[in-house]
Amino acid sequence: MPVRRRLTPYLLLLPGAAWLLVFFAVPMALMLVMSLQQGSLTEGYHLTWNWGIYPEVASKYGNLFVRSISFALITTLLTAAIGYPVAYTIAFHGGRLKNALLLVVIMPFFVSFVIRTLNWKMVLADNGLVFGTLKDLGWIDPAFRFLATPGAVVFGLTYNFLPFMVLPLYVALEKIDQRLVEAAADLYANRARAFLRVTFPLSLPGVVAGSLLTFIPAVGDFINADIIGARSPDVAMVGNVIQRLFLNVNDFPSAAALGFLLVAGTMLLVGVYTSLVGSERLTS
Amino acid sequence: MGARIGRWLLPGFTGLVVAFLFAPIVVMIIFSFNSPRGHQNITWQGFTLDNYLTIWSRPDITDPMVTSLMIAIVSTIAATTFGTMIALALTRYQFSGRGAINLLIFIPMTAPEIILGASLLTLWVSYGVARGFLTILVAHIMFNISYVVVTVRARLIGFNRSLEEAGMDLYANERTVFWRVTFPLIFPGILAAGLLAFALSIDDYVITLFSAGHTVTFPLWVYGASRIGIPPEVNALGTLFFLIAFVFIAVQVWAGRRGAGEGAPVPVASR
Repeated sequence: MPVRRRLTPYLLLLPGAAWLLVFFAVPMALMLVMSLQQGSLTEGYHLTWNWGIYPEVASKYGNLFVRSISFALITTLLTAAIGYPVAYTIAFHGGRLKNALLLVVIMPFFVSFVIRTLNWKMVLADNGLVFGTLKDLGWIDPAFRFLATPGAVVFGLTYNFLPFMVLPLYVALEKIDQRLVEAAADLYANRARAFLRVTFPLSLPGVVAGSLLTFIPAVGDFINADIIGARSPDVAMVGNVIQRLFLNVNDFPSAAALGFLLVAGTMLLVGVYTSLVGSERLTS
Repeated sequence: MGARIGRWLLPGFTGLVVAFLFAPIVVMIIFSFNSPRGHQNITWQGFTLDNYLTIWSRPDITDPMVTSLMIAIVSTIAATTFGTMIALALTRYQFSGRGAINLLIFIPMTAPEIILGASLLTLWVSYGVARGFLTILVAHIMFNISYVVVTVRARLIGFNRSLEEAGMDLYANERTVFWRVTFPLIFPGILAAGLLAFALSIDDYVITLFSAGHTVTFPLWVYGASRIGIPPEVNALGTLFFLIAFVFIAVQVWAGRRGAGEGAPVPVASR
């Protein structure tokens, strides 16, 4: 009986942990190995410890990294600016309708990511609902184009990742004890001061979680650049190149090196950010 | 006057954001009734119900739907089982290697999706595994496990162990206590985790793309079909899915009002 008890946690962990080990951890290691190989898909790959691939892809696709990180940062700021007032309104003024309001905000995201984004493309097309109408009215230049611009990609990213910001913000704001805000008011803080000194600091864990949940998928995204960016090379992100090198060009070593740089870069930025804001308990 | 404007500022802004969020959904629903000439479903041509009626007799649409459903159902069952087991181990047992297990669960959720997809492709290529239905299934189980662990663990952390002790006092053995006391109490958490896993699986495009080979899931079909414009059938199907989700949520809210609200499934945002 005691032996069985000691074994129980390991038996419970076994299938899931083994699955993650074989289909997540091992592939990540293999991707690093793949990046150091040379050869082609038809002739096979050989491990030559070709570390030179890293400076090579970094100089070749460095501008894409800068663009992806800029797009993801702007997206994170925009989702925070849009999402904070929404989460605040629902948490503090939602009353009995809180849960219903939250569901309303999330409901559009029950429609598939791809279908949502395709419909935005249609709405924002050169002669689509918005710009076609404006052109018919003569309010904008007939040659005006929104699709395939950096603004369009950031627009798509902001739309698609907004719930990832609103949900953690709502969770953090909803937990705040209203009596603390009242206490600040009793101590002659005006509403702006009470917000800045009490509410906002207490909501910081939500801001941190929301930023990470938005930034990480946004920086690796390629669907928005593909659909709303209309596959323009001017708005291509790192994800677009990784996808093309892996699936169309079959240049596995370069693709793997780029993928590894993306993970390492993301982890580094996330590490710096979390240590700056000093937030623990991110894993919970 | 200023105070009155201030009072309406936040609700007004929230209303505008909700309108922004629903904009593509409204367009999707309207254009699902459009009767376009050719493939370009961009301008309104006329009302029709054909898009809803023809999809069922088109295997190029129904086959990917069946494939997606099968993958979602099987991967949900597997990931929910494995994930719940891990959550139980993490919350109620002492064992060595806890830190490593936490990392193994946490990192897949923080890595960009394309990295999970690309690294799996590296695995398939390295070992010459033919890509298809099974490789997609493996991938979906993999990315779902972490979300299940986190969801079920949240339910287990607030768990009152004295109920189990009461069961033991009444001479129930461990197995009976688990199935008669523990499981029913954590079931809402397991259900929420399962729904989350199902939603993530049925909508996944990025990771699936790298493991698919020639197998076509519904998101892959939509993406491929959209290269020449959005077929109105896509919007019809999107509208149907939206309607199902809407009814589901309405039932949830209604049931919640009647007092069964605690532990109601968490709404999920799909990527």
